[in-house]
Amino acid sequence: MDDFASLMAGFQVALSWHNIGFMAVGVVLGIVVGVLPGLGGPNGVAILLPLTFGMDPTSAIILLSSIYWGALFGGAITSILFNIPGEAWSVATTFDGYPMAVQGKAAEALTAAFTASFIGALSGVILITFVAPLVASFALRFGPAEFFAVFLLTFCSFIGMGRENRAKILASLCIGFLLAAVGLDSISGDLRMTFGSTELMRGFDFLVVVIGLFGVSEILLTVEEGLVFKGKQAKIDLRVVFRTWASLPRYWATLLRSAAVGMWMGVTPGGAIAASFMGYGIAKRFSRNPGSFGKGNIEGVLAPETAAHAAGTSALLPMLALGIPGSATAAVLLGGLLVWGLQPGPLLFIEQKEFVWGLIASMYLGNLAGLIIVLATVPLFAAIMRVPFSYVAPVILIVCAIGAYTISNSIFDIWLMLGFGIIGYVFKKLDYPLAPLVLALVLGDRAEDSFRQALLGSGGSLNVFAANGLVGTLVVLAMLLLLWGPVTDLIGAARGKGRQPEKPAAAE
Amino acid sequence: MTLQTETEATPRGLSRRPVERIVALVLIALAAIVLYDSYGRGAGWDNGPENGFFPARVGWIFLAASLFILVQSFRSPQDGVFVSYEQLGQVTRVLGPLILFVALIQPLGLYVASSVFILVFMSIVATSRWWSIVLTAILVPLVCFWVFELQFRVPLPKGPLETALGY
Repeated sequence: MDDFASLMAGFQVALSWHNIGFMAVGVVLGIVVGVLPGLGGPNGVAILLPLTFGMDPTSAIILLSSIYWGALFGGAITSILFNIPGEAWSVATTFDGYPMAVQGKAAEALTAAFTASFIGALSGVILITFVAPLVASFALRFGPAEFFAVFLLTFCSFIGMGRENRAKILASLCIGFLLAAVGLDSISGDLRMTFGSTELMRGFDFLVVVIGLFGVSEILLTVEEGLVFKGKQAKIDLRVVFRTWASLPRYWATLLRSAAVGMWMGVTPGGAIAASFMGYGIAKRFSRNPGSFGKGNIEGVLAPETAAHAAGTSALLPMLALGIPGSATAAVLLGGLLVWGLQPGPLLFIEQKEFVWGLIASMYLGNLAGLIIVLATVPLFAAIMRVPFSYVAPVILIVCAIGAYTISNSIFDIWLMLGFGIIGYVFKKLDYPLAPLVLALVLGDRAEDSFRQALLGSGGSLNVFAANGLVGTLVVLAMLLLLWGPVTDLIGAARGKGRQPEKPAAAE
Repeated sequence: MTLQTETEATPRGLSRRPVERIVALVLIALAAIVLYDSYGRGAGWDNGPENGFFPARVGWIFLAASLFILVQSFRSPQDGVFVSYEQLGQVTRVLGPLILFVALIQPLGLYVASSVFILVFMSIVATSRWWSIVLTAILVPLVCFWVFELQFRVPLPKGPLETALGY
């Protein structure tokens, strides 16, 4: 009940004209970011983050999280109309969305996608409203060892549940950790891995890395395929919207399943991408005629969108309650919190009540505003996609460069961004996942601090990670998640493929 | 699945396996540098973990992972195309002007550099008429100036032109 009152107070904060304005601007910017290739959710937020340093934190996070909602919505537009997923999490939406558009049912597909997104996001926000405070108050009892165990859990579940080659996930995580370690060591005050370079003393700012890895590399990947997009026309009128809405209750089971999958995948850092594929797969398995999937079945649009948004939203739960983001964009938002001087984690719910509940209330309102804005403005955004890419690409790259520069007014950072752009391009082509790298880069210092503090407390004995029931359970759970993937691989191999399973090199 | 696509006409290009190996070797080298640096500063225990303690342990895991990736690249049965020469051409057409752009920011300032960038890039791509290229090259920096310098008051790198204009 106490939380309910806080939530209402949060609505008061979020409902000021000022903040509603930021919400609308954020959603529109987010849709643009989601529609344009090369400007994804994490990258869009990263570019705008430095511009919000001077703002009031609550307004700033409302603006940035609205960009996140907008990007989630925007990804669906390009997948359905152009068969180009604007974001990785909308890949599964193209399977049935684009066929629907080809059959002339684009408006229906878009309405279904947006509404499903809204339902998914809403279930995620409801989860945050009720569960985040509980998690936070539980986490107040955590010491450094427990926190390190939670970090371990996050990273292990990345490796164990990931769809990519496990050695590459692990390598990606390690790169993130090591990049985080470059520069001034916060505990001893010594310089690490700078090799005498003054530019490296500041370390690698994760925003620069994100802009390079997600922005520049995405442009390079996009131009590979040439510079012209061909798309379907779409106009949404209210009749189609209502007709589609009227048909939705029929699919309640699909929506419910997808939302559940999404929430689970979001809280454990499986992420929106995996969630959308799982949502699609489950809907297909449970469907009465699975054969119609891939040929323009509306369920094939509803399921992945609901799951992706439920995951994208739930990813903010561990970020707020524990300070551990569940997705790359959440990681960037977390970095923002640190910049504004807010320490994410359980104490946030006590010390910054107004901020937390303002943010949660803005999630409800932002998604509602997003649904309305996106339904009203689809033709506009579809038109953006028709602007030739030879105009769009240089503008995006210039904006990326400005974003990288403004973080700490350094031209060296623009070079870094360029370097990470090329690295990101090669990594994406070789299937190295980038999200673990960003996550490890953001969390690296804090994971290291808690590890060192835990060891300091125990005098160097690793037994501290099995000292009490709580930390022991977390570590065991982490190990189980880590081994989950290899074990299922082994079972698959034993069933007759005869191929050597990929063991993670985590044995060290 | 990969085998199916390979029976179709594959475009000529860099094959994937050498790139995979080069990247793995680079990662191994990085891991070695990390280990060298961490042990050089001390990765042991001195009234608490020394500052190389954590990076060194991550470095070992990193080394193991990248060695494994290298071994894997020798064992994987099929070899695809990493990037076809045609795609590589497209990518260089963006990357070339982009590098020029970043190099010009220091001497010319960001606005003039972006103008040059747009001119060079759009002429190379050559899908637009010359006047629309020139117009874009003038308008985009002006809009950027208005948004960042005047609205958000974020100072971006400026060069001789802006100084001459009094900014």
